[in-house]
Formats: sequence, structure tokens, C-alpha cells
Amino acid sequence: MKVLGLRLPGMSSLILWGLLWEAVGQSGMSFFLPPLSSVIGTLIEIFGTPAFQKALSETARAFLAGVFFAIAIGIPVGILMGKNRLVDELLLPWVNIFLSAPLTALVPVLMVLFGFGMKSIIITTSLFGIWIIILNARAGVMQINRSLIDMALSFGASPWAAFSKIYFWAALPEILGGVRIGVIRAVKGVIIGQLLISIVGFGALFELYSANFLMSHFWAVLIVLFALAFSISELLAYLERRVSYYAAKR
Amino acid sequence: MGTHQTRVGGDPSDIPAAAVSARNISKTYGDVEALKNLTLEFPRGQLTSLLGPSGCGKTTLLKIIAGLLEPSSGEVEVNGIPVTGPGPDRAFVFQDFALLPWASVLRNVAFGLELRGIGRSEREGIAERYIRNVGLAGFEKSFPHELSGGMRQRVGLARALAVDSQVLLMDEPFSAVDEQTRRKFQEDLLGLVAEENKTFLFVTHSIEEAVYVSDQIAILLPRPSRVSEIIRPRGLRDKDVADIRRDPEYLDIVDQIWASLRFYVE
Ligand SMILES: Nc1ncnc2c1ncn2[C@@H]1O[C@H](COP(=O)(O)OP(=O)(O)O)[C@@H](O)[C@H]1O
Ligand SMILES: [Mg+2]
Repeated sequence: MKVLGLRLPGMSSLILWGLLWEAVGQSGMSFFLPPLSSVIGTLIEIFGTPAFQKALSETARAFLAGVFFAIAIGIPVGILMGKNRLVDELLLPWVNIFLSAPLTALVPVLMVLFGFGMKSIIITTSLFGIWIIILNARAGVMQINRSLIDMALSFGASPWAAFSKIYFWAALPEILGGVRIGVIRAVKGVIIGQLLISIVGFGALFELYSANFLMSHFWAVLIVLFALAFSISELLAYLERRVSYYAAKR
Repeated sequence: MGTHQTRVGGDPSDIPAAAVSARNISKTYGDVEALKNLTLEFPRGQLTSLLGPSGCGKTTLLKIIAGLLEPSSGEVEVNGIPVTGPGPDRAFVFQDFALLPWASVLRNVAFGLELRGIGRSEREGIAERYIRNVGLAGFEKSFPHELSGGMRQRVGLARALAVDSQVLLMDEPFSAVDEQTRRKFQEDLLGLVAEENKTFLFVTHSIEEAVYVSDQIAILLPRPSRVSEIIRPRGLRDKDVADIRRDPEYLDIVDQIWASLRFYVE
């Protein structure tokens, strides 16, 4: 961004929005919007509390487990779909349906099936993230240069060698793109899962804060979640740029 | 195959035994007849060009010999053994180089050996030697996108040489490099055929290139695809590489091939 010929660093517009928030908060226009300064104060205050630490670690565990399954299942399935016509025709309709389905509506069903605990939240998280990961891995494999595959075959590559030395790497730019979007969706999944189940992690905190009208607490937790989601997405975007040098030249 | 005429240079007994023979090969893609009852022998230690307009099935034939495609009928033998799939007796050089963009020159050249299960230090030693042989010393750590088209094809060539196969299959290897580089490549290829005791199958659509580099030229014609003529230049191999293009025999053969092909050029 450039103002009056001065180059401003990356996200300086955030400062502007922060000031606006502070002003609106100070004016006391709404009970629901305390000033940013008091939200940050609360944030620092609650960060060390056992309740917050517990929520954070539960969320992190559910999120990491959910993302792990989404990636560990999603990438091989996507690659398989891209390689194998039959598998593709069997699975593609389902992937497309789930990709656009309102998954939130499924969470109650999952709770009935898997109980009101971590398990359901992990599955919700995976379910939110996995479809776009599958679809992108599939797209990545389908655009692989045919002669790379012929090359591997002509040197006698085993199916496993072709998979791990060619398909995976050739599809990596698309795979990482899918993982980035999938992880962002998984953040939604883990939060939505916790809110609906609302006895673990931030779901429980939200429940507690909003039931007691602790608005600063509520916003503080929200800021933490937004910041976490944004950092994860930026980290993955950075990894994506690391492989982009060959994305255009496959 | 009534149109099959052969012009042999000297006594037919001069021709070495075939390293590769393709017998009655047909290949159809759906309704497209890419090859129809094609029979062709590739003498050992020599370079045979497949020359013809695009779409006449040159790549198809090469891939069938490589074992990458199955013929609809007919069979291929390499050193008397029927081909059922890719094998260590054949190596392929690709028109678009087929390099791993995420791997260094060294790993690319060693990749054929890597796939064949050769240990790291051994295969890198071999790869380094061939990188030097093709004139890429100093570029071991470079990546394909940092190299020119000509240098990339040298990597592709080094990779094929590194596995030390009897038969080298080259599909228009020089068509994606610029004219000057191509001439240098053609000279180097002549050196390679003379030095290495390998059988080269070389696809090209350039008449001049085919006459310049070949011991034997098979002219393929489309609709239906077939070998229409086999030409064996007689005295060009003994000439200095710099003189070949002025040789009367070279010019005659170029003219003769053009006379048979011009009818098929739209
Ligand atoms: N995978 C394929 N599917 C359908 N038709 C093909 C395929 N590959 C090649 N062909 C057709 O077969 C014919 C021969 O192709 P090709 O072997 O690539 O010829 P060349 O290498 O001489 O240009 C062409 O008409 C081409 O369109
Ligand atoms: Mg071709």
C-alpha cells in the first residue's frame, strides 16, 4: 500500500481498522463491542488461565488430528483418482457432493454416531478439509506431463516408485494448494464442531463467555482463533511459493 | 507390402544382424489406423532413422518398441527376445526431454539408475561421468529450468546413456532445440554412434537430419501407415562431419526423399 508516496508495510491497513474499533468501542455505542484495548487486555489476562490453556490444547489436538487424517487420506485418494479411471468414476460424484454439501448439518449425526467428544470433533474437522484436498491432488495428477510417466515406465519404475518419485512431486503444487484451502476449512470444522458439541475446547469457553455476557473475553478468543487460522494459511502459502518455481514448467 | 523397395549400399551381407526387429506391427487407436502391418529391421550398432510426415505413426512405433504401448497385432524382438514391456535393454530419449523439474541435473541423469535400484554413490559417480561426456560439467547442481533447451536435451541424453542400454530410442530429440544447437547435436550424435557400440533408433521429420546422421533411413508414409522405402547411404559415414552436407550423395538422397515425400505434404 502507498500513501502520499510512502510505502507502508504489509498489513498497515489493519492498524486503521483497529483504531476504528477502538473509537467505536470507546464511544460506548454497543455493549457487544468493547474497545479493542480492553479486549487485548482481557486476552493477555486470560491467556495464562487453565481454562484457556485447556481449550487451546484441546482445539490444537483435535485440529492437528483432523488435518492429519484429511491429508493422509486425501492425498493418496486424490492421486489414485487421478491415475485410475475406474476409481475416479466411483468416487468423483461423492467428492463433489461432499465438497459443496452443508457439512454443519452432518455434525449432529456424527455426534449420535461417535459421541459428544473429541472423536466427533476430529471427524468433523477431517470432513471439512478432506474433499478439496482430494480434488486438488486429483487435478494435480491429471495434468502430469505424459512423457514423465513414460520416462519412469521406460526405466522400469515400480508402481510405488512412480507414485512416490513422480506422481507426488509432479502434483505437489496443486496438492499444497488443496492442503492450504483444506486446512482453512478444517479450522472452520474444528470450531463448528466445538460450538455444536460445546462441552470441549473453545466451544465450552464460548458457551461460558456468551452465557455470562463477557464480551471482552468473547472477542479475545475470537481474535486468537482468527490469528491462528490466518498464520496457518500464510505458512502454507509460503510453502506453496517454494514449489511454484517448477509449477509452470512441468 | 508391395511398395516396399530397398536400395542397398553395397553387398547386402554388409548389413549387420538386426538388434531390433518389428514384424507385422499394426496399431489402431479407436478408428485411427496409426500403423498397418509394418515390418522393419534395425541393424546392430547402426543408426536407423524413421522419417516421415507428422501423424504417420513414428512415435507410435517407437513406443511399441520401447514396450510403452502394446501393438494391436504383430511383435517386436530385441536381440531375439520378444518385447512384452519396458526393459533394461532399451532407453528412451524424449522429444520434450521429460526431466524432473524438481530435481538437479545430477539426480535427473542418475534417475534411470535410481529406478533400477543402483545405490546412491555408485549411480552419482556414473551420472557425473556422463554429464561430463555430454559437455555439461559444472551444471550438476543446476535445475532444468535454469538450462537452455539444448542443455536440457543433453541431460535427457546423458540419462539414457547412463543406464548403458543396448538400444537407444530417440523421438525427435532435437526438434525442440534451436538450429545451431541442433547441428552441434547431429555432429555429436555421429561421434556417439561411432564410439558406443549401441543401436540407435532415431525419429525425425527433417530430411536433412535423417540423411546426415543415418546408416539406414526408413521412410514412413501415412494413410495407411507403412514403410515405403529403405535407403542406406553408401559413403557418408567415412566422410568428415564437416563435409557431409556438400557431398553429392548427400544432396542426391535429400532430393530423392523429397521427391517421394512431397506428395504427402498438405
Ligand atoms: N493416444 C492416441 N489416441 C488416439 N490417436 C492417437 C494417439 N496417439 C497417436 N494417435 C494418432 O495416431 C497417428 C500416429 O501418431 P504418432 O505416432 O504420434 O505420429 P508421428 O509421431 O509420426 O507424428 C496420428 O494420426 C495420431 O493422431
Ligand atoms: Mg511424434
